[in-house]
Amino acid sequence: MSTLLRQETIRAGDPFMARIDAGQRVRLVDTEGNEAIDTFFFNAEDPRERYSAVDTVRRQRNVYLTTGTELVSNEDRAMLTIVDDTCGRHDTLGGACASESNTVRYAHDRKFMHSCRDNFLLALLNWNEDFSKRDLGPNINFFMNVPLSADGGLRFEDGISGPGKYVELVAHMDVLILISNCPQLNNPCSGFNPTPVEFLLWDA
Amino acid sequence: MTSNAFLLEERIPAGCHHALLLKRGYALRLTDLSGDGNVGLLAFNADERSERYNMADTLKAQHTHKLTLGNVLYSDMGRPLLSIMGDSFGWHDTICGTTNAAMIEATYGLNDFQLTRNGYYRNGRDGFLMELGRWGLGRRDLVPNANFFSTVAVDNEGNIALSEASYQPGAWVELRAELNVLVILSTAPHPLREGPAYPEGDIEAGVFWAGEVPASDICRTACGENQRGFENAEAWFALPDGGPRA
Ligand SMILES: [Zn+2]
Repeated sequence: MSTLLRQETIRAGDPFMARIDAGQRVRLVDTEGNEAIDTFFFNAEDPRERYSAVDTVRRQRNVYLTTGTELVSNEDRAMLTIVDDTCGRHDTLGGACASESNTVRYAHDRKFMHSCRDNFLLALLNWNEDFSKRDLGPNINFFMNVPLSADGGLRFEDGISGPGKYVELVAHMDVLILISNCPQLNNPCSGFNPTPVEFLLWDA
Repeated sequence: MTSNAFLLEERIPAGCHHALLLKRGYALRLTDLSGDGNVGLLAFNADERSERYNMADTLKAQHTHKLTLGNVLYSDMGRPLLSIMGDSFGWHDTICGTTNAAMIEATYGLNDFQLTRNGYYRNGRDGFLMELGRWGLGRRDLVPNANFFSTVAVDNEGNIALSEASYQPGAWVELRAELNVLVILSTAPHPLREGPAYPEGDIEAGVFWAGEVPASDICRTACGENQRGFENAEAWFALPDGGPRA
């Protein structure tokens, strides 16, 4: 019988950071549907070891994340495994939105909109000032639909998630989870309407 | 571009690491002499090395997961670091990263320095770190690299595989610096390449002056995103050295 250790609502557009110990189970809930949850992980004991999108893709020989996917670090070790997924598919190649990439993707006047990078940096620096932008890398976008095509294309498309869909992960090492509840208003990753999400943590 | 016009030329054996400082307007031509080569590449703004090649921003800005003629390699700061101004190859991989020692041993067998001296099987992760360390950089800076001369196909279910199109003897690509760029290279094999024979071919690296980017440039005009990216790069150089103009 597992015990609920923590339950938090992450408001639309907010950052969140927490420690997850080895063996604990975390659930992220897309409460209202089509909300991208930008997520990154560090080894809690050695933050130079961090989630690696390309090692995750390379090791499972597939670009999409779902039940059974091992989230692999830059040292090629499994950090967590996705053990349940009612959405079906998550992205790890689209990265996080940032004011700088917003100017490229949309228009120069989008520079001052709120972004996942701002959330990531704020949460990291509040946690420990040894962190900096250098510690970031391509993250996971839970509930985001970024299909790749056989001719080499990549698109941000309408979400395939829905209200109450969730993903569950079990940690294999002590990790720090870094979350930005994506505030992007320029593409369909949050349905043009960012909404709150839930974080739940169990001891097993 | 004929090779006798190179200002600087180097032959990099398979598996090795190399770096060069490519100032704005200079270009690097890489040639895969054997067809079995792979060039892992990281790129940093030499004037502010926390700014670096960003795989995800490169992909989403250009709606692609392959790199080819007309694409640029974006930094995480919304600026192109390198532009692909010429390419005989067609589809360079962005999504597989590099190898480490355990992966190389699993694919090619144990062949370390003690056994074969400098014929040992080198890996990309260690090579990148040895080179990054020379420039004051480290593990935090080892981000997902691009892999030139390797094509990785993706099917409708998202499964990936190294394509036979990767084998093109004499294939070349030309990368023009849009900022002052620190280029870090590893010629270790692609992580999806199969054994048992470790690759042997050299990579030729030649530097030439590419000059000012014309308004009609194929990379700049490829999409509205790249137009704005080039404007961001120009803004980086907007203030003259040595204070305001008289
Ligand atoms: Zn975002």
